[in-house]
Amino acid sequence: MGTENSQFSTTEEAHVRISVGSRFEHIDLVQIVVDDALGRLGLDDDSRHWVGIAIREAVANAIKHGNRQDPQKAVDVELAVVADHAVIRIEDRGEGFDPKAVANPLAPENLLKPNGRGIFYMKSFMDEIAYSFRPGGGTVLTLRKQLTATESSDNEVDSERSGDG
Amino acid sequence: MKIDSNVVDGVAVLSPKGKITIGVGDVALREAVHDVLDNGERNILIDLSGVSTMDSSGVGELVSAYTTVKNRGGMLKLCSVPSKVTDILQMTQLITVFEVYDDRAEALATF
Repeated sequence: MGTENSQFSTTEEAHVRISVGSRFEHIDLVQIVVDDALGRLGLDDDSRHWVGIAIREAVANAIKHGNRQDPQKAVDVELAVVADHAVIRIEDRGEGFDPKAVANPLAPENLLKPNGRGIFYMKSFMDEIAYSFRPGGGTVLTLRKQLTATESSDNEVDSERSGDG
Repeated sequence: MKIDSNVVDGVAVLSPKGKITIGVGDVALREAVHDVLDNGERNILIDLSGVSTMDSSGVGELVSAYTTVKNRGGMLKLCSVPSKVTDILQMTQLITVFEVYDDRAEALATF
């Protein structure tokens, strides 16, 4: 066992997996686990707050839209380190969707809608987000965040880099 | 998630504490807003100083509350918004929709 507050020393050690049933109550648990791992990987508090919200949005979408809140259906979350990036994969058992069909929440006609902002926030808080869809069902969302400090703003919006699977 | 509610100078002041996120906080906020409207209040001030985290569902609930109150001829304003909540409202251009004040006294004087 490592000492208290120890940093992860190898990328293999940083590999974390958690699987939860599709209940909103489990979102806190996923965020706590991933946040702890990201802290050990040296990500600063501010970045962890925003990555934490992106993960909450991702798991919420997987539970709500992917698994339709069926508690028997799992949401699998996996964190790995690849080339100085934290790579977080969130997988559900849903039928998938067309990311290109998601409306722009900044369009004047959408500004006062009660929903439709989750993917926008994820794109804003992460360096990259990409969706892929398994042929037999299941949506895999991959979120990436660089672990070393950069000059880029937390609020930087990069809507060009999202994949469409 | 806990929401304190009291009426000051004819304005219902709601003070949520904790996370306004999907499944718990968003529902609590919706219920609190509907409770004060059912009690006959028209104007609502939401003091966000105790809110640590807000996700898109929380933002959506604030927007719903704003349109509900406005449609009933009242006003909904925000005060004491923590910087991270300001950021999240700013990103989706909602900071221009809401009237936001630095503190409660300043906000109450505008109703």
